[in-house]
Amino acid sequence: MKRVYVNEQWCLGCHLCEYYCAFANSNETDMVKALKDIVIHPRIQIEQKDNISFAVSCRHCEEPLCVKGCITGALSINEGVISVDQNKCIGCFTCILCCPYGAISAGDESIIQKCELCTNNKHGSPHCVKGCPNNAIVFEER
Amino acid sequence: MGINYLYQEYEVSRNMDRCINCRVCERQCANEVHSFDKDKNIMRSDDVNCVNCHRCVALCPTRALKIVKTDHTFKENANWRGSIINEIYKQAESGAVLLSSMGNPNNYPVYFDKILLNASQVTNPSIDPLREPMETKVFLGSKPKSIQRDKDGRLINNLSCGIELSVPIMFSAMSYGSISYNAHESLARAAKEAGILYNTGEGGLHKDFYQYGSNTIVQVASGRFGVYKDYLEAGAAIEIKMGQGAKPGIGGHLPGAKIVGDISKTRMVPEGSDAISPAPHHDIYSIEDLRQLVYSLKETTNYKKPVIVKIAAVHNVAAIASGIARSGADIIAIDGFRGGTGAAPTRIRDNVGIPIELALASVDQRLRDEGIRDNVSIVVGGSIRNSSDIVKAIALGADCVYIGTAALLALGCHLCRSCQTGKCNWGIATQSPELVKRLNPDIGFKRLVNLVGAWEHEIKEMMGGMGINSIESLKGNRLMLRGVGLSEKELQILGIKHAGE
Repeated sequence: MKRVYVNEQWCLGCHLCEYYCAFANSNETDMVKALKDIVIHPRIQIEQKDNISFAVSCRHCEEPLCVKGCITGALSINEGVISVDQNKCIGCFTCILCCPYGAISAGDESIIQKCELCTNNKHGSPHCVKGCPNNAIVFEER
Repeated sequence: MGINYLYQEYEVSRNMDRCINCRVCERQCANEVHSFDKDKNIMRSDDVNCVNCHRCVALCPTRALKIVKTDHTFKENANWRGSIINEIYKQAESGAVLLSSMGNPNNYPVYFDKILLNASQVTNPSIDPLREPMETKVFLGSKPKSIQRDKDGRLINNLSCGIELSVPIMFSAMSYGSISYNAHESLARAAKEAGILYNTGEGGLHKDFYQYGSNTIVQVASGRFGVYKDYLEAGAAIEIKMGQGAKPGIGGHLPGAKIVGDISKTRMVPEGSDAISPAPHHDIYSIEDLRQLVYSLKETTNYKKPVIVKIAAVHNVAAIASGIARSGADIIAIDGFRGGTGAAPTRIRDNVGIPIELALASVDQRLRDEGIRDNVSIVVGGSIRNSSDIVKAIALGADCVYIGTAALLALGCHLCRSCQTGKCNWGIATQSPELVKRLNPDIGFKRLVNLVGAWEHEIKEMMGGMGINSIESLKGNRLMLRGVGLSEKELQILGIKHAGE
């Protein structure tokens, strides 16, 4: 299955992936309209210290602790992609505590949010990868 | 602090309606032009440090940025132009020689733009390169003077060693030190993929790149940095650099601050000490001396590597080339006055040397007149900008071209001409690790391969239009060229007719 992988060596810490993520999940067609004058809460986030930086988002684990921990069955694996059913989620945030990568967070408009590889928005494939200027994140089979 | 005489050349124009405060401009500018004002929640810019490299413009996700030339002006003066006045202010302040980089930007004639190509109509058929075979392969090196046969009449292979290229393009010499490790890796991998050669420049060859040896020209310059037996044997050819188009008659100077780590090892220069390339080779004061170096390099490599002698295009280039063609060298590389550089004194870059078109035409003619054209191949560089420049250069008599600036442009260079600062925002002309990583060779090499491939298609199209199906038939075929707006003398030197003749 194709996943988003990190090539840490090439990450410039430019944070563009975060903005492309926030834009992709805004359902707006214009980036300015989507992101002007707001504080973004992207599903992918840059971890950075000194000269080292890399992007962290859902790994779409084969044995995901978040799915295991979900008490209502709101999190499930669909063809390898771990997705959220917002109708079932009751906001217990067990998944946020379970995820060893910190890839799940409370949502802006939904209860929780996580990367679903842009399968849940109109872009269809990870927009962060398209926006990365240096191939520091790639969407590929490994 | 005193009086600041200089006003910034460029201004950052930010469309506040489009800026989303993502701060990518701030994070990507090594010159620290952009900053975020937390109190006002807006991005600001300090234009003084802007070099107009477009890194921020290219990465801005909402296209909120552009760089404009300042309209701040001195009182208009056709003689004392603003740029000239500013240079005087700079020198009055610093007391130093002005430094510049990349090629001569001044408004001298570009002869390639005054030459037009021919095409077939009615009486000779043009060729469609998509449907018929078209040969762009070239062989560089001295050509045998006669056909030899053994006693049974079979051909004896009397070809000397040479270079085979899939297209008449090579990446010109840019040293590891003047450009980054990632830029070198991009060039080396692209050369291998495209079936051409790149050139180490005089900075030696990094051990990681010995694997690309069959696509490498190793350079021996006046500083002899990184030269030893394995280095000479690693390449497909050896180039003796006598001169460079951007700074004929001038040596090089890589500051000690840049001689660190792998660069120090590769150049074989102690860390922190300046790498100074003398202006002349101190062992070459005549063609006879040059011949000695040519043959010592051949001797060292068992006569298996062709030797290139690279010179800058200067006033008596034809006579010099004639000497080189008799020195035992296999290939002459001529670098025109628009050739690029990582750093050169501004006055030298802008005022020394001659256009490559004129140098090429006169060298080719001189070698033909003397009956020694086949002794050598001719490679020209010094601002080959596109595939039509290549076709014109070959029709003027070149065997192949060197591209340096065009290759760097493919890697992201925006010709801001600030290489000498070492703060290249595109990760090319810098050794600073956080800047070098901005050039991912996986992307860079692909862009170079794309460029060479695209030019190959265009060369074939133009050749096909002329009814020529092999690059060999185009070589020195000046009847395919016509000049426009050129004087009788210029046409005579170029050896071409005027349009309409």
